[in-house]
Amino acid sequence: MSADPHAAHGQVHGEIEMPHASMRDYLVGFVLSVILTAIPFWLVMERPLSTGATAAIIMILAAAQIVVHMVYFLHMTPKAEDGWSLTSLVFTVIVVVIMLAGSLWVMHHLNTNMMPQVHDTSQLP
Amino acid sequence: MSSKTITAEEPVQFYDLDEHAHPEGHSTMLGFWIYLMSDCLIFAILFACFGVLGANYAAGPAPKDLFDLKLIALNTAMLLFSSITYGFAVLQMQMGKVRGTQLWLAVTGLFGLGFLGIELYEFYHLIEIGATPQRSAFLSSFFTLVGTHGLHVTFGVIWLVVLMIQLGKHGLIAANKRRVMCLSMFWHFLDVIWIGVFTIVYLMGVLR
Repeated sequence: MSADPHAAHGQVHGEIEMPHASMRDYLVGFVLSVILTAIPFWLVMERPLSTGATAAIIMILAAAQIVVHMVYFLHMTPKAEDGWSLTSLVFTVIVVVIMLAGSLWVMHHLNTNMMPQVHDTSQLP
Repeated sequence: MSSKTITAEEPVQFYDLDEHAHPEGHSTMLGFWIYLMSDCLIFAILFACFGVLGANYAAGPAPKDLFDLKLIALNTAMLLFSSITYGFAVLQMQMGKVRGTQLWLAVTGLFGLGFLGIELYEFYHLIEIGATPQRSAFLSSFFTLVGTHGLHVTFGVIWLVVLMIQLGKHGLIAANKRRVMCLSMFWHFLDVIWIGVFTIVYLMGVLR
């Protein structure tokens, strides 16, 4: 095994590729996060809206804040690590969504359809 | 095989015979990211448990009776501040300043400790008033989910201390830069998980 190809590649890959962070990124991410955190807390503590609307809004804001953290703090780009970071993230999100939605759906149906009903117990022998 | 039949001047290469260079640590960042994704699955399972069991109070206390949102808001602020201070540590590292990196890592660690202190106080308060993990399925899943996150933060703080010592000993060598970036991912990832915790456990819990 000659050292030649290693040396040649070594110059190209010598410095390990790291995401470049900037002050602007962190500050934008921080300000957006503060806003996206303050609004849901205010909505739940002061309750200016109905329960359903509040729940929907805080879930949307949480999803938005997760994206903000991914982009500005974790420096997630489609090109990071030749796209493998994003690929593994997308795969994980798919698995998580299937598992969360599936668990909640199945267990909700079990709860509503298989629990002994109050009026049924009186008809039991 | 048919390799002998190829006699053209430029042999067709179906696969790479030359070994590529594998500089130390070139795949660490991606590997660590994949670890974080598997960690994400752990939290997803705990979130699913909480989603299924979170309304089973067993005639015990409900989130409305237990959670103090002002305390949670303070805790969220702690973690958010620690995220931006870690960002400052990374910026100092990019400028090649060892002392500055260590200083901001220390500040991050203090915010992390503040978060843990508040969380432990909350747990202590809950257990003191009888809302223990044994009380109901809701409290079991609550303590498991929030406790696992707290355990991650604890290990993050330990890692922060170790990293500060490594930086003091060896300075900003390539390995240490890689470690700073890996802990950066870990720390920001924990903040991402906390977004889910405060939204689904605390805010949705109080709404219910």
